[in-house]
Amino acid sequence: MSSQENIILSIDDACISYGGKLAVRNVSLPIYEKKITAIIGPSGCGKSTLLRSLNRMNDFIHGCEQSGRISFRGEDLYDPGTDPVEVRLRIGMVFQRPNPFPKSIYRNVAWGPGINGLDGDLDDRVEKALRQAALWDEVKDRLQDSALTLSGGQQQRLCIARTLAMEPEIILMDEPCSALDPVSTARIEDLLFELKENYTIVIVTHNMQQAARVSQHTAFLENGVLVEYGDTDEVFTNPSNKRTEEYVTGRFG
Amino acid sequence: MIAQSNLAWRHKKAMFFRCFCIGVTAFAVFILGLLIYQVSVLGLPWLDAQFLSSFPSRFPEKAGIKSALLGTLWLVSMTAAIAIPVGVLASVYLEEYARPTRLTEFININIANLAGVPSIVYGMLGLAIFVRFFQLERSLLSGALTMSLLILPVIIIAAKEAIRAVPGSLRQAAFAVGATRWQVIRAHVLPSALPGILTGVILAISRAIGETAPLIMIGALTYVAFVPEGPMDEFTALPIQIFNWTSRPQEEFHELASAGIVVLLLVLLMMNALAVYIRYRGTRAK
Repeated sequence: MSSQENIILSIDDACISYGGKLAVRNVSLPIYEKKITAIIGPSGCGKSTLLRSLNRMNDFIHGCEQSGRISFRGEDLYDPGTDPVEVRLRIGMVFQRPNPFPKSIYRNVAWGPGINGLDGDLDDRVEKALRQAALWDEVKDRLQDSALTLSGGQQQRLCIARTLAMEPEIILMDEPCSALDPVSTARIEDLLFELKENYTIVIVTHNMQQAARVSQHTAFLENGVLVEYGDTDEVFTNPSNKRTEEYVTGRFG
Repeated sequence: MIAQSNLAWRHKKAMFFRCFCIGVTAFAVFILGLLIYQVSVLGLPWLDAQFLSSFPSRFPEKAGIKSALLGTLWLVSMTAAIAIPVGVLASVYLEEYARPTRLTEFININIANLAGVPSIVYGMLGLAIFVRFFQLERSLLSGALTMSLLILPVIIIAAKEAIRAVPGSLRQAAFAVGATRWQVIRAHVLPSALPGILTGVILAISRAIGETAPLIMIGALTYVAFVPEGPMDEFTALPIQIFNWTSRPQEEFHELASAGIVVLLLVLLMMNALAVYIRYRGTRAK
């Protein structure tokens, strides 16, 4: 491990169930600040569920229950005194399918900072976010066009810009490239490398090469159980668990 | 190559179904056209400024529709002002806030049932509650409240459907940038659902314009020689005036009724056009 690593988010013994059916079982996992942590595993293993629990997006799913402790900078995310809106302000999320608002490109990025009354000039904030998301050059002349006129890959980068405009401390990404073509995927991976300097990223991915390329830490989940967690190099080249080895070498999943 | 005869048969079936659909549509349009034609032939000669600006009279050539037309405009505006906010907010609650419990389910089923209750029953309810219990008398307000009850289920059901059709991914995206539920509803759910909600509102208001039975029940007058000036005034409405004219023996009054129907249809058409315009502006603003 590299030097000085701070744990920003700590998952302790988390169990998540939908209507009594356990989807995540007793998972404990640290998330390190300004690093990329990848969560991999076969479909239905609970990785998206786990990710969504990190900014309380599971609150909207009826019948979803959670136990264990998830602490963000030492504060319990599920404490009754914690405001879920504030949690989502500080921990942003990019979804599996691009889901821009059916509004202008500018409004997509500006809406979050606008409703939350973030400081500074809104135009500057929008430009900065779009530049960070490597979308500025493509859209600077048509900021007032509908976001729905963009291609799929551009829409996903717009969604990333929308999240970046909030300057969150952590960005959660739920298979952000699964609906994109290889060129768009490569662009977003490049983007991840740059964002790592300033942001903590947790990314769920189906794509093993992607996990190996972009992340520093990797967690492997199967049937809701954390099978293995460690440095990405370690997990991919010298896994300690047999199932992990079979999965990362593509023998199943 | 293998099943060409079969393919030909399938094409035939497809063609048959298409023709069937065209036939059914043509039938509906034909009936509507016939109605409009007949009403226009009888009514148009009577439709002039004098007809629009006169009160009812026992002499057909002096009779007009002023009080009924203004009564309907009052009634519909008041009904819309009551039923649209209540209906839309109720559907927002049921779709966005209420947890899916048995009680919510029960409420939803009953709203659907209420949409099918005969209008005369609402008239009796309005008579008992608004006219008698709240002592609102045979006023416009009584009529508007009764009409609101009548069209609320229609508005709620349509608005619920429209809100449910807003993709969950849109709500999630808004929540993920730190929006409160109200902000999500206000900025994303309602604008996306607006066209559907407006369609429901048009249908509901159109129904209110045409309803007669509940108004007769709560005692709207059939002969009114004045214009309502406030919500507590007595009133009449277009369908009541039309009904009144058709029940007279003289042929001239039947023609007056046709002219009244033309006016009713025109009012309906203008209101629909207004809603279409609002909807168009709403979708373009995105």
